[in-house]
Amino acid sequence: MAKFLLLLRDNPTDFTSLSPAEIQRIIGEYRAWAEGLRARDQLHNSNKLMDDAGKIVQHNGTSVTLKDGPYSETKEVIGGYFLIEAADYAAAVEIARSCPHVRPGAKGTIEVRQIQEM
Amino acid sequence: MAGEAVTPDVPGLVDRLFRREAGRLTAAMARRLGPSHLGVAEDIAQETLARALRVWPFRGVPDDPVAWLHAVARRLVLDALRRDAALARNTPALALDLLAQSPTAPDTVFADELVDDELRLLFMCAHPDLSAEMRTALVLKTGCGLSVEEIAAGLLREPATVAQWLVRAKKRIRERGLSLDMPEPQALPERLGTVLDAIYLAFNEAWSASAGDTLVKPDVCLEMLALAERLSRHPVTGAPGTHALHALLSFQSARLATRTDADGNLLLLADQDRAAWDRGLIARGLAALAHAADGERLSEYHLLAGIAGEHAIAADFDATDWRAIRAYYDLLVGISPSPVHRLNRVVALAMESGPAAGLDALARLEDDTALRGFHLLYATRGELLRRAGRGAEACTAFRRALELARSEPERRLLRKRLA
Repeated sequence: MAKFLLLLRDNPTDFTSLSPAEIQRIIGEYRAWAEGLRARDQLHNSNKLMDDAGKIVQHNGTSVTLKDGPYSETKEVIGGYFLIEAADYAAAVEIARSCPHVRPGAKGTIEVRQIQEM
Repeated sequence: MAGEAVTPDVPGLVDRLFRREAGRLTAAMARRLGPSHLGVAEDIAQETLARALRVWPFRGVPDDPVAWLHAVARRLVLDALRRDAALARNTPALALDLLAQSPTAPDTVFADELVDDELRLLFMCAHPDLSAEMRTALVLKTGCGLSVEEIAAGLLREPATVAQWLVRAKKRIRERGLSLDMPEPQALPERLGTVLDAIYLAFNEAWSASAGDTLVKPDVCLEMLALAERLSRHPVTGAPGTHALHALLSFQSARLATRTDADGNLLLLADQDRAAWDRGLIARGLAALAHAADGERLSEYHLLAGIAGEHAIAADFDATDWRAIRAYYDLLVGISPSPVHRLNRVVALAMESGPAAGLDALARLEDDTALRGFHLLYATRGELLRRAGRGAEACTAFRRALELARSEPERRLLRKRLA
């Protein structure tokens, strides 16, 4: 089994106009999806990242500089991640496909990256 | 997995939690910020629910979702107060207390307090200084957690129109300085009446949407039932009229699943599968109806609940006590002579005494201008003529009804009658 990181990107402002009933339904879908992974021992952990710009630390040739992260300009942010286990890339992509983040009508994207073991 | 539309039971995530909390969060924050900042309170409630949607998929549903939501809302209020000096200057001391508290202070909001906040807000929404349209829209938005689009669909208006009522309502609340205090006891019945009427209106529109493709919106119906139940349980609002409305909505909701067939076609009472009626809801309706009998005044809701209760307890369509139902309609037409009530009285009379008696009574309604162009009048006429064996005349009446009907499922039903 290999480990994969699913990076979930979206635009936080897409969430502000949903009705309470829609919010409840979508949360239920995520919950069911994550429970399915957990039941098959495929979910290592998951976390939400703050919807702020983030910071970038970089050496510019003379000293270490600090600037605002890439999300101050773009509308899309990495909202959070799931660290999952799957047999191979194809299986990891199948799991990502079934995630409510890419349900019909959703505008989010999922980046699938394999964790390098050696 | 993908493609499955079922949302499984989620522990802690009770049915319609977000709808309920949308209203309660707004109410709790409006009490802190003052009624003149109702718009800010609504924005914060919406932002709180959106925050849950951002976080819970990754972190899971918290052990106490309600406490989580209210803690986030308090933090968002604090942020707003820090950001906006003018807002901070114009808010009651309650909000400033909040500023002094540590943001991680334990939740001091108790369940009773939440319900009280919600009721205060509902009563303010029903303030006589607001127009009828504003009151209905506000009660549905803040009290029932319906979206502007859902309210617009329910009231057959454009979403932009509903949004404008809400904006004007909030402006008037600000300008007239309406308060979130409980109304004086003598003002209570009128305001409670407004709240009950708004709930019934929304239920009715969802129960039988008068235009468009879908006939029934069960989600909205169940939400109105839940609100009626909360009001009937509260000592201040649990008046006989509230119990009667609760009973009525329970009986009607018990039949929700059987009103349309698998293809969304309307099913008449006679054709509904009574075995599929929700016995638990019918029992709740009967209990509520017993409570409703405590009062001295017989409200419209008492009579409607009595009628719905007769249908609910009849073993089959033929066992329906039409004499009792017609007697309820006689009283109902006396206090509320709406076209629907008068027409339904004729239907009950025809069931009790035969199609000829029904057609006689119907002839008297046909002269009334209020009922001219009402498609159900012609549909009823067609049905009574058909039963009286006057097929050709029945077809003419059904065709006229078909021209006038606005919702597609109703048109389909009429076409079936014509075939």
